[in-house]
Amino acid sequence: MYKILKKETLAPKIKLVEVNAPEICAHAHPGQFVVLRMHERGERIPLTIADSDAKTGLLTMVFQEVGKSTTELGTLNEGDCIQDIVGPLGTPRDIEKLDCVVCVAGGVGVAPIYPEAKAYHRLGTRVISLIGAQTKDMLIFKDRMEQVSDEVYYSTDDGSFGHKGFVTEVLCDLLEKGLRPDEVIVIGPLLMMREASRVTAKFGVKTIVSLNAIMVDGTGMCGSCRVTVDGETKFSCVEGPAFDGHKVDFNELIARQRRFLAEEKLAMEHYLAGAGGCKCHQK
Amino acid sequence: MSSKVRKPRHEMPKQAPDIRSKNFEEVALGYTEDLAVAEATRCIGCPKKPCVAGCPVGVDIPEFISLIAEGDFLGAARKIKEKNSLPAMCGRVCPQESQCEAVCTLGKKGDPVAIGALERFCADYERVHGEPLAKAGLSDASLGKVAVVGSGPAGLTCAAELNKLGYKVVLFESLHATGGVLRYGIPEFRLPKAIVDEEVEYIKSQGVEIRLNVLVGTTVTVDELFRQGFDAIFLGTGAGLPYFLGVPGENLNGVYSANEFLTRANLMKAYRFPEYDTPIWVGKRVVVVGGGNVAMDSARTALRLGAEKVTVVYRRSRAEMPARLEEVENAEEEGIEFMLLSNPVRILEDDKGWVKGMECIRMELGEADDSGRRRPIPVPGSEFILDVDTVISAVGTNPNPLLIRTVSGLALGRRGNVIADEATGKTNIPGIFAGGDIVTGSATVIAAMGAGKLAAHGIDEYIRTKNGRGM
Ligand SMILES: Cc1cc2nc3c(=O)[nH]c(=O)nc-3n(C[C@H](O)[C@H](O)[C@H](O)COP(=O)(O)OP(=O)(O)OC[C@H]3O[C@@H](n4cnc5c(N)ncnc54)[C@H](O)[C@@H]3O)c2cc1C
Ligand SMILES: Cc1cc2nc3c(=O)[nH]c(=O)nc-3n(C[C@H](O)[C@H](O)[C@H](O)COP(=O)(O)OP(=O)(O)OC[C@H]3O[C@@H](n4cnc5c(N)ncnc54)[C@H](O)[C@@H]3O)c2cc1C
Ligand code: SF4
Ligand code: SF4
Ligand code: FES
Repeated sequence: MYKILKKETLAPKIKLVEVNAPEICAHAHPGQFVVLRMHERGERIPLTIADSDAKTGLLTMVFQEVGKSTTELGTLNEGDCIQDIVGPLGTPRDIEKLDCVVCVAGGVGVAPIYPEAKAYHRLGTRVISLIGAQTKDMLIFKDRMEQVSDEVYYSTDDGSFGHKGFVTEVLCDLLEKGLRPDEVIVIGPLLMMREASRVTAKFGVKTIVSLNAIMVDGTGMCGSCRVTVDGETKFSCVEGPAFDGHKVDFNELIARQRRFLAEEKLAMEHYLAGAGGCKCHQK
Repeated sequence: MSSKVRKPRHEMPKQAPDIRSKNFEEVALGYTEDLAVAEATRCIGCPKKPCVAGCPVGVDIPEFISLIAEGDFLGAARKIKEKNSLPAMCGRVCPQESQCEAVCTLGKKGDPVAIGALERFCADYERVHGEPLAKAGLSDASLGKVAVVGSGPAGLTCAAELNKLGYKVVLFESLHATGGVLRYGIPEFRLPKAIVDEEVEYIKSQGVEIRLNVLVGTTVTVDELFRQGFDAIFLGTGAGLPYFLGVPGENLNGVYSANEFLTRANLMKAYRFPEYDTPIWVGKRVVVVGGGNVAMDSARTALRLGAEKVTVVYRRSRAEMPARLEEVENAEEEGIEFMLLSNPVRILEDDKGWVKGMECIRMELGEADDSGRRRPIPVPGSEFILDVDTVISAVGTNPNPLLIRTVSGLALGRRGNVIADEATGKTNIPGIFAGGDIVTGSATVIAAMGAGKLAAHGIDEYIRTKNGRGM
């Protein structure tokens, strides 16, 4: 049982929770994630370790409410418990001092990119962050990202803050102006990661994406999370979730992301009917 | 009691095929007391006990069967437990026809004694009628402290045995539930999870500490465990890593590994979706590739989840199928179709990334290969297309590398398995022992249990010697 010690609403439908998980924190590296199961009937969902403190043992996760499980997770409050959390999972990012990296984050992807930006910044690497959101209200982790970045560019789909349009346009613009970072890191929706990889490929800039394939165990035992990278099948929970964006078969992954669309819809309806109708699970 | 007239074997009552193929309840219902006694009296008590040699853990078969014949069911259960601490499971899942029952004298001219069914009967009887087992006092750490990694049959048995020997045991499991394959692989209709739960509860009540959600190697490393004061570590991490068919189309929607399919259904209880949150999708026409227990379990689970037609595609012939005979028969009764001597060549895609068919090729059997089975060879030009929308790949698994790759210097075999001494479980690193599927590759429940038990004694000897020297 992991008691929620802190909960914050960062933006509409984007929430932060903190639990005490000293063993996970003692071993967590940027790029890694946990798998949690809320309760006995819950599914196992992966969430990136948005922050971890080896001294206090506090583990931070940030999530967006997109379906049944994340919506239900959003209803938990400080003092409530998450039944199971396992981690840290996934291959840690190999972070060493470089001259310059660009961190491109879309939506809730800012949270998972933060530990990587922080690690590069700490090593003295020049960090340029490009952060995109639908609208101004949906921009999260602004202060944190500014603390670990040398420059930050914003974009919103509706133009309410920063560049009006996609964050990938900002990336393209910088590269066209001659910026040549050692590495571009992209975390966000699949379409955005695909587009960013397409842009950087034109300029021959190394690009790392963090894939969010559908997972079950998260430990290499089921193959639910498999993706094709450079023509080979990889299990993203073990060999990833970070991969070379120029080698990922995004179209296959986008199709695989839709495997349970009908069931996800049913789960949400079932949940909302239950939450609105009978009150037996409340209190 | 024996008679010269050979009586036919008493079959266990089962749920009727058309009913059971729609539910997840146990298929075989077990003997009644009368049936058990009747079957027990078929045993002729061979003085040389050939059956005992066929059992990997040497259960005293004629002895327990004669106790059943006398009506002493609890005595029979105790007799079995002298050698096998998990009889309710083994009676259900052991491949008896290639172990104890394969060498039963009666089998030469007729049906062997139903040893597995009798073993199951005793265990089930004891669960209902036996004395509740005494709660042992928490074992102190006086003899030493051992970490057991993995809660499959190997780990559970090793932990129970070490605890009995007086060690403080902590059992680590990476999933949120114990049991290994017993929990996530073998379906409810073959091995009710209540039986696994009960066994785990028993071990806990005896003082074994269980820590779930700990992926050893990552959440805590082997070196850290030694530093925390564990004297020895047993690796029972299994062979849970699935491999795929290696044919074009294997990542299409509608293609599952058997591990994913069964884990969703069993561990996550997706067959009760949406009451349980984990989804599972099964189309109308399902093909399962493989010929082992895993393939049978997947096929029968797919049927229960509502598939209209389920076909097992296997590249060799019926005689080479490694699945338990009983389960192949059960599957056939339930209407699973077998397409033998066939192998997938590629999986066909509709225009939205989903499976719409599978191309196969006919095979014929050539010379025996190193597994002793005749090697299947494709027949050129014999390709044909199956009209399917779901493919489940049950072609095998490899040892789980997550933990072992974090232990530097651990000697591994060609297939990534841990090399360990068969009699003691010793690896090349002092204090690290291993057993079960992580050593042998996918094998059987009883073999994993046997290895766990031997390793417990290997560990006992290791700690005694170490401490002896240390004093
Ligand atoms: C390694 C990894 C790290 C992740 N880190 C974070 C994180 O830090 N914060 C966060 O908000 N989310 C993260 N995700 C995504 C998160 O796991 C999913 O949003 C969650 O599982 C959805 O569950 P649900 O029941 O709420 O939604 P569902 O009803 O299952 O799905 C709703 C919608 O979300 C999409 N979806 C389903 N599963 C996933 C998935 N695994 N990844 C992405 N989209 C999915 C579906 O296409 C569907 O349209 C991560 C995923 C992975 C694989
Ligand atoms: C679907 C299926 C059906 C089968 N049917 C039969 C049958 O009818 N009869 C039969 O005899 N055999 C059968 N088998 C084979 C049998 O189940 C296995 O041989 C046996 O379970 C092996 O036991 P084990 O303890 O070595 O490993 P497992 O049962 O695989 O258990 C290993 C455990 O270790 C855990 N683990 C792995 N890595 C770590 C780590 N780093 N840290 C912590 N925990 C970890 C895993 O989560 C798992 O729980 C079947 C197998 C399958 C998959
Ligand atoms: S443990 Fe298995 S092999 Fe041994 S007697 Fe029982 S059923 Fe037969
Ligand atoms: S071999 Fe068969 S008949 Fe003989 S003792 Fe064993 S079970 Fe009984
Ligand atoms: S989530 Fe099961 S193998 Fe990656």
